[in-house]
Amino acid sequence: MDDAQLNAIIDAVVKEMIAAQAVAPARPAEPVAASSPAPAPQPAAPATPPGGLAIDLPDPALPEHRYQPRVQRAKNPDALPALIAATTARVGVGRAGPRYRTASLLLFQADHAITQDALYRDVDPKMLDDLGLFTVQTNIKSGTSPSGGKQEYLLRPDLGRQISDDGKKTILEKCVPSPNIQLVVGDGLSAAAVEANVREMFPVILNGAKSAGLTVGTPFFIKYCRVGVLNDIGHLLKPDVVILLIGERPGLGRAESLSAYMAYRPKPGDTDADRDVVCNIFNNGGTNPLEGAAFTIQLAQKMIKHQASGVRLKLATK
Amino acid sequence: MLLRTKLHGKTYEFPDLRLLMGKANEEKSGDRLAGVAADTTAERAAAKFVLAEVPLWALRQNPAAPYESDEITRVIQDAVNETIYNEIKDWTVGQFREWLLADTTSGEMIRRLSSGLTAEIIAAVAKLMSNLDLIYGASKIRVSTHCNNTIGLPGTLSSRNQPNHPTDSPEGIRASIYEGLSYGSGDSVIGINPVDDSYSSVARLLEMTYDIIKTWAIPTQNCVLSHVTTQMKCLQNGVPVGLVFQSLAGSQKGNESFGISVGMIDEANALAKKYCFPSGPNFMYFETGQGSELSADAHHGWDQLVMEARCYGFAKRYSPYQVNTVVGFIGPEYLYDARQIQRAGLEDHFMGKLTGIPMGCDACYTNHARADQNAIENLAVMLTAAGCNYFMGLPLGDDSMLSYQATSYHDAPALRQLFKLRPAPEFEKWMEDLGLMKNGVLTGIAGDPTFFLRR
Repeated sequence: MDDAQLNAIIDAVVKEMIAAQAVAPARPAEPVAASSPAPAPQPAAPATPPGGLAIDLPDPALPEHRYQPRVQRAKNPDALPALIAATTARVGVGRAGPRYRTASLLLFQADHAITQDALYRDVDPKMLDDLGLFTVQTNIKSGTSPSGGKQEYLLRPDLGRQISDDGKKTILEKCVPSPNIQLVVGDGLSAAAVEANVREMFPVILNGAKSAGLTVGTPFFIKYCRVGVLNDIGHLLKPDVVILLIGERPGLGRAESLSAYMAYRPKPGDTDADRDVVCNIFNNGGTNPLEGAAFTIQLAQKMIKHQASGVRLKLATK
Repeated sequence: MLLRTKLHGKTYEFPDLRLLMGKANEEKSGDRLAGVAADTTAERAAAKFVLAEVPLWALRQNPAAPYESDEITRVIQDAVNETIYNEIKDWTVGQFREWLLADTTSGEMIRRLSSGLTAEIIAAVAKLMSNLDLIYGASKIRVSTHCNNTIGLPGTLSSRNQPNHPTDSPEGIRASIYEGLSYGSGDSVIGINPVDDSYSSVARLLEMTYDIIKTWAIPTQNCVLSHVTTQMKCLQNGVPVGLVFQSLAGSQKGNESFGISVGMIDEANALAKKYCFPSGPNFMYFETGQGSELSADAHHGWDQLVMEARCYGFAKRYSPYQVNTVVGFIGPEYLYDARQIQRAGLEDHFMGKLTGIPMGCDACYTNHARADQNAIENLAVMLTAAGCNYFMGLPLGDDSMLSYQATSYHDAPALRQLFKLRPAPEFEKWMEDLGLMKNGVLTGIAGDPTFFLRR
């Protein structure tokens, strides 16, 4: 499938969905670091409350505030915005003595805060219900103590790669065996990533598979999930291709980045060398979820055609 | 081998040195993952009591990987000065600890003793050290090296300018380099972690950083931290290389997972001496980190502190310009939280200095570890007190390419001003000549990247 065909599929799928009002059209990317700095935030002047103090701040994480030049008495202030715009690194921040200015310090802490919140909470069950996903768990136990929950998930990656015995039973009861594509969602290291992208990706993958003449098995959700569960899924359901949508490790200020890990007929013992990944899926700056979903279908077709994934697929298509 | 003690009325017995060493470690999630951690806090205390009585010769005779099948063991054992080793081989680990800390033991005396030690001995004594012991012990040992400038001198603290960019954009990298230079970061190296490891991309970044160094006559060196083979190709093709970088592991198998061998690093070191542009004589730059051997299943069943010490024995072979542990990068399954990362940072710096290598530290953490910026600022303060050679300098401590956080461009000047330390002397003079620093303090025009737009 070439790019033109891929684009045609995406367009068709997106149009269909918009027509059905299933999703809103993708928002245009927010402007990043305009070449001339936005004016300093002017908080609206609310009616003075009792006590005479009124603090009502705009969101400091918005680009117009985030990329504000903060060097006082710059030698070449006109050139500063261009330097800031040249990189996603936090430059042009100025200083208070040898330390950070207050706004930079607080924004850094705020950006770290969202990574922690994304990591330590569960995916919204309502979203899973809306998509009709049932939930199974890996061998990580439920709970909040060191012997379970997120802490055990972080400490024992090996257990997060194994589906629990109960989970295996449920999967065998509920899922259609041997589909062309088995679609699975896992929480991974970011609940926020799953919530931000999966809703948009699901219909594209399902409809894309249909257009490509591929059958899709019964999708489900895995709690406390690591990428290595691909092997168990392949073993249980014998699909041609598994697509696992899983939350990536949050970056500073970015918790919504998702990866699609894929493998052709995965089986116990397979490693990363047997897998492919579409990574950095997120709106406004990454691979947008609609596009990312279409990529997964393109890749699945390639895997089925060459009966391979990972390094073997690379060699086959060299 | 009988390794047993009673403690608070209970008997603890350890089957071999491997498990004794593992159980004597301060708590680390990676040791638990490896199955060598103490089951209880009391068992850990008991293991330390027994380890304190182990003679140094027993540790030399029981390396983590067999001499016959592991070239890192051979590198370390073959480098031992037998005369010095014979003077100390009957000391116990506990005696060795007290000798290191004694007021009558100077840094010079420790540097001499270093050449009689193996990695297992160095790791063993670190296990008996408290955090303040590690800080105090390391502070005695200065290891200074020279490339284009001099790093690690008493009274100095250096900073690697780490201007990474998610797509290797030269303009983006340049913006960060300027920002960092204006804070006095870059006297260790201007060192870029590239996204693209290809020859052409690495060569382009080396040319770009060399151009900045020449234009501003900066007494420093450049480095692009690609795989060593890519840098070797650059050297052979006349691309300007300051330092040659590679990540090291503490076992042959671990190094195989990095795609390197002793022979390959020997060759890289020879090429560096032949083609690097600075005056030298130290041209190599190595990074390490506890847990990398376990993650490659190359730890031979030993704990991560021992495997880390073996990296330093390997590094020492090349008289490197600088070595740093990337202490919190590996993730929570090896170092779970701030406490474990801080402990490992202090251990690594101490063990590196005791090995006799010019040790710095990438005090850092990932977003899935239970740590935050305060935790690594604490670690940086402790390591500065310990005499650490250098830290990383990142724009606000945020690496927008590698997605982890470390020390910042601001941290080096704050630590220097706090501890009355200076940059490397040649670099300090350069900053003074430009008017960016006076008497060790940033001037009013420092901290402004546009300063470097004028040439």
